[in-house]
Amino acid sequence: MASLASPPRTETRRHAAFVRITHWLTFVAFMALLITGTEIVVSHPRFYWGETGNVNMHPLFTIHIPSSRDTVPTGYGYVMPDQNGWSRYLHFESAWLLVITGAVYLVAGLATGHFRRNLLGHSNDWSWRAFGRTIARHLRRAPADPAGALRYNTLQKTAYLAVLLVLFPLAIWTGLALSPSFNSAFPFFVNALGGRQSARTLHFFVSGALLLFLGVHVTLVALSGFRSRMRAMITGRIRLPEEPQ
Amino acid sequence: MSPISRRKLITGGLVAGAGISGLWAADRVARRYGLVPPDHGGLYGPGETLTYAAQRILTAHSLAREFPRSMISKAPFMNEVAPPSEVFRQHQAAGFRDWRLVIDGMVAHPLSLSIADLRSIGLRSQITEVVCEEGWSYIGEWIGTPLSLVLHEAGVHQQVRYLAYFSIQNDWWDSMDMADALHPQTLLTWGMNDGDLPVGFGGPLRMRVPRQLGYKSVKYVVRLTATDSMKKFGKGLGSAAPEGGYAWYAGI
Repeated sequence: MASLASPPRTETRRHAAFVRITHWLTFVAFMALLITGTEIVVSHPRFYWGETGNVNMHPLFTIHIPSSRDTVPTGYGYVMPDQNGWSRYLHFESAWLLVITGAVYLVAGLATGHFRRNLLGHSNDWSWRAFGRTIARHLRRAPADPAGALRYNTLQKTAYLAVLLVLFPLAIWTGLALSPSFNSAFPFFVNALGGRQSARTLHFFVSGALLLFLGVHVTLVALSGFRSRMRAMITGRIRLPEEPQ
Repeated sequence: MSPISRRKLITGGLVAGAGISGLWAADRVARRYGLVPPDHGGLYGPGETLTYAAQRILTAHSLAREFPRSMISKAPFMNEVAPPSEVFRQHQAAGFRDWRLVIDGMVAHPLSLSIADLRSIGLRSQITEVVCEEGWSYIGEWIGTPLSLVLHEAGVHQQVRYLAYFSIQNDWWDSMDMADALHPQTLLTWGMNDGDLPVGFGGPLRMRVPRQLGYKSVKYVVRLTATDSMKKFGKGLGSAAPEGGYAWYAGI
């Protein structure tokens, strides 16, 4: 229908198929991890530092929500339903989906030159001037750079690389450090973090940082044209904006 | 939309064929080497199977972390259990003198052991962390008889793949594979922190499986059954935990 009715438009390829598929698989896995992770926290909404921690010990901090266990002193007069069984099953299954998707993305990203072209880019993208320019644009609330439809700006690249190379690896590391069996074979992973409860607390903060990224990411997608950006990440194609007169 | 070309169709078919035969081969290998957990079915089965297989490949013989005496928790936490049965209270009143651990199933010599019998078979103590699936943990010294020594006494048959273990409390039972059953740190525990094992922590006899979460460490153990398949027990999922929605393998 579209090919018959509409005149040729300035439409171009934006995202490769592997980027789109791994993007949405990661989204599905991350949402499942977020929901089930929250359910697991509800069974013990207290966080500690060091190797051990339980209700007989001082917490580092407490989240003031009711718990799904009556052994946790929360100050609430009721106990939430226990959702840990399916939450734990789904949490680890989603973690596998995330790790496998991430591995496919890494291999394809290196093989196709996606990282080199789109995420690392030109060296002048990484100058202080480039950072300053991008930040200034946002502070002035200048209209979106039309080039943003086709390439990532410096801050965008920084954020994506931080998520890919820092936050996701840290989430996986701190998560693995919570497995008693994994720790038996590779004690370094938990000991280097200062102990099991430190690993759990860090896992919580890293998840929070990823959630913060998701919020900012979706907000910026909405500000720069929700339909156009969603269409690009689903179909791979983007319509170029009209040239300003 | 361009129609799918013949070349794409053939390539796609070949890739799909290779994928399916690859999965089939992986399934055969996984079953052959005992990498499939009893609760491998259903929506969460693939994730659970990946986890268990990866753990068995990476951690078959590794030792749980042990800690210095100074790190033993001053105020360990014990999760409450259901009120003890009348039978348990009678044992408790008698100082657990008549407590018996029965070892049956696919063994050459079925046994019935008192706590004193267990002590005479062997002793090991270790300072390990109890880790609850809820998130909390504590460190204690656990003193007991290595399960592997008891299984050696009983003479476990070659084809045994799982050891089922049962609490005196109704509907509380679990099982482990032989990698954990023969593991040197898996203890039939009767002592804690230089004393008898308190009832709250599972006394007089608790199965301690330090490489797995706390819920695998069943309290008040009265029976061990060696078997080649968990299909014959309960709903066939390996333990009471999956029947309540929790994973059978809890090493994560």
